[in-house]
Amino acid sequence: MLRFVVRRLLQLIPTLLGLSVLLFIWLNRLPGGPASAILGEKATEAEVARINRALGLDQPVYVQYGRFIKRLIEGDLGTSTQTGQPVMDEFLLRFPATVELSLMAIVLAVAVGVPLGYFAAKRRGGWLDVAAVSSSLIGICIPVFFLAFMLRTVFSVNLGWFPSYGRLTTGINATEVTGLAVLDGLLTGEFDATWDALSHLILPAIALASIPVAVIVRMTRASVLEVLGEDYVRTAESKGLRKGVVRTRHVLRNALLPVITSVGLLTGSLLSGAVLTESVFTFGGIGSFIRTAIDGRDYPVLVGFIMFIAMAYVLINLLVDLAYSLIDPRVRVH
Amino acid sequence: MRIFKSRVTRAITVAAATALIVTGCSSERDTTEGKGKDGAKDTFVFGGAGDPGSLDPALASDGETFRVTRQAFEALLEHEPGGSELVGGLAEKWDSNDEGTVWTFNLRKGVKFHDGEAFNAEAVCANYDHWFNWTGTYQSSAVSYYWQTIMGGFAKNEDKDAPKANYKSCTAKDENTAVIEVNKASANLPGGFSLQALAIHSPKALKAYEKEEASAKGDAITYPKYSQQAGTVAGTGPYKITKWNKGNKEVQLERFDDYWGKKAGVKNLVFRTIDTEEGRRSALQAGDIDGYDLVSPADVKTLEKAGFQVPTREVFNIFYLGFSQEKNKALQNKDVRAAIAHAIDKDNLVKTQLPEGGVAATQFIPDTVEGYSDKVEKYDYDPAKAKSLLKKAGEEKLKVEFCYPTEVSRPYMPSPGDLFELMKSDLEKIGITVTPKPAKWAPDYIDATEAGGCELHLLGWTGDFNDAYNFIGTWFAEYDKQWGFKDKKVFEAMEEASKEVDHAKRVKLYERANEVVMDYLPGVPVSSSPPAIAFAKDVNPPLVSPLTQENFAEVTFK
Repeated sequence: MLRFVVRRLLQLIPTLLGLSVLLFIWLNRLPGGPASAILGEKATEAEVARINRALGLDQPVYVQYGRFIKRLIEGDLGTSTQTGQPVMDEFLLRFPATVELSLMAIVLAVAVGVPLGYFAAKRRGGWLDVAAVSSSLIGICIPVFFLAFMLRTVFSVNLGWFPSYGRLTTGINATEVTGLAVLDGLLTGEFDATWDALSHLILPAIALASIPVAVIVRMTRASVLEVLGEDYVRTAESKGLRKGVVRTRHVLRNALLPVITSVGLLTGSLLSGAVLTESVFTFGGIGSFIRTAIDGRDYPVLVGFIMFIAMAYVLINLLVDLAYSLIDPRVRVH
Repeated sequence: MRIFKSRVTRAITVAAATALIVTGCSSERDTTEGKGKDGAKDTFVFGGAGDPGSLDPALASDGETFRVTRQAFEALLEHEPGGSELVGGLAEKWDSNDEGTVWTFNLRKGVKFHDGEAFNAEAVCANYDHWFNWTGTYQSSAVSYYWQTIMGGFAKNEDKDAPKANYKSCTAKDENTAVIEVNKASANLPGGFSLQALAIHSPKALKAYEKEEASAKGDAITYPKYSQQAGTVAGTGPYKITKWNKGNKEVQLERFDDYWGKKAGVKNLVFRTIDTEEGRRSALQAGDIDGYDLVSPADVKTLEKAGFQVPTREVFNIFYLGFSQEKNKALQNKDVRAAIAHAIDKDNLVKTQLPEGGVAATQFIPDTVEGYSDKVEKYDYDPAKAKSLLKKAGEEKLKVEFCYPTEVSRPYMPSPGDLFELMKSDLEKIGITVTPKPAKWAPDYIDATEAGGCELHLLGWTGDFNDAYNFIGTWFAEYDKQWGFKDKKVFEAMEEASKEVDHAKRVKLYERANEVVMDYLPGVPVSSSPPAIAFAKDVNPPLVSPLTQENFAEVTFK
């Protein structure tokens, strides 16, 4: 098991190196640079040249890349050209918000998607099945951005049930432990902060969960249908095992294996895909920060973010593989 | 079957209960939020379009930073509330010698900094000397843009291309008299003394600043820690900065009870960043914020109809159609430039695209800036004349590339795409073939226009202070790639005006310079428009400023 984990982690090195080379080439081919993003209308040729010199952007790409790799080895992702702060600090400041939102979305997606998919399969052709399949189609079809916008208009602006933006209401200063506001409130006993953070999370999490719910419903449904037709389920039932035991130990446990794989992949994509949702709700996570980094050609942030997400993907998939071995004893990691 | 039904029922019940709890919690949030012990609202939340870059205004050059720091820091001079005339700030009176090189400031008495230090002439000189003696990364124009614009370079310039220092010295003549000397008269003075970037900090804070260097690691500039968190910075303003919560995108300020002037009307002031215009509007409509800036002209009527207050500022900006004569040689012919000017229906643009109060422009400054001339050559909308001018120039089949920015709204240019479409249609009416070149605002569009890469382009400017040089001097004082022309007459008119020390004479020279510029016609000044700002129904808003320098200490709740 340990060798497997170490080997997977070592695979990260060539992946990240290759990715960084591609990113550097790609970013340097983009028109524009951070200098004019910093100066705006005030940009003059001389000022832009001076800033580029100060930022080292007048150097050849390979020199810039060499410097980047040297710093990366030292554990330094560089400095944001927009905020003037270390990229790692900026990530650590914003990453908990994105993690919290993504976790909430994936928990919501699993909590709704798995039972819905399961019961849809059990009642194949019934009204629940038809409703689940068609609503999951709608979930995939509606653009997340539009759904987020509609949720905000209806539940914040019109009904006033939920806050329209942000993570916490001004004046609610939760003590920070993990950076996950809901959890921090529970840990420190500041329940008003937990409730406040939760009320800020609901709408963005629903918007973000719309596609994962749809995927999980369809995946669970298909998987359960397949397992229900297996001989061992029929055998278990004919043995006179209780329905509950058959469902949990035999059907769900086997049907969930492909679902777990997709949950792993979906969680990774939520981390990088929260950009639009965070923008609509000004959520203060990595997503909205990246959007401004793209606008401002903040190269260190963009490179750092993409590499960070690549790392997150590899680690989440590693966890998925480990979870596989726990759920299915036939699977052994080696 | 029974089990199934009962489980579904249970699930629905749990979901409903959760929804009720959360809804209940949000209701509770609404009733207690931002209220003091007596139940009166004591927190004013304002939505800005971007995060501030620094809590030290000397390191900034953007409006979102200055909006925050302006509430906590004051400069020697300021602008009259709701206007653009210079009035005393931390200096009650000011004067200069005949040459415009020695500026004497009689300082306000009884002023205290947020950290308890006393404000006096030595504090003023400590600030100016601190900026003048900046070294290393602080000399980058990304860090000290406004110091370099107003005062030139530093005691020891480390970059050969840095501007020559114009600042000479600051002397504390007595406790309440500071004398600032410059090497030569500048059109940027005294207006520059009002800039937020030159606001006065506590000397104790300055000493703490000096321990924290800004640094450059080769690929970026790292701003010093003190400028990124509340605690060290200390000004004299009506509010003191207490917290910058970057994760929640908000800066919190608290009323400064020892303020020398009228105390702030609301105890807590909060600036929260909501990047999008429709996001800010929704937050106001949902009651989550009490005001926001950069209101889209299309939303003004809707908001007013719903009872929100949407005052518009006096115009202090200019929107223009720029020409790059080097990129398209046909534009070097004055007749072609005049044809384009006559082809643009400015009144229609103003009527259909700009907020109420917008006006068509005749020159490159708004009529609220001193130096505005009534005698400039005007290029009224006249397609027939435009056609004949093109014919005269032999350019009846003129083709132009027309750049315009996307995904951006500027105070002078609320909807660039729509403005472009109307202008394109105007140009096509006189036979010009237009190739659209849309580009993302920053950095693509800014880069392209600055490098002279756009034959026609849309840009504008909002003034920093009331001096025509702040507008026309920015573009026409010397050769600039954006315009790509060298015209001795224009450059000389600019230089002559900028050198004049006598205010009345300088205003006359600016009028003359505007006439020369419009005679040459380097581009088409299109309009000036008043940017709107919105407030909730229960707010007594501050006087809105043409320079977007609102003082939020004036805010109270009804």
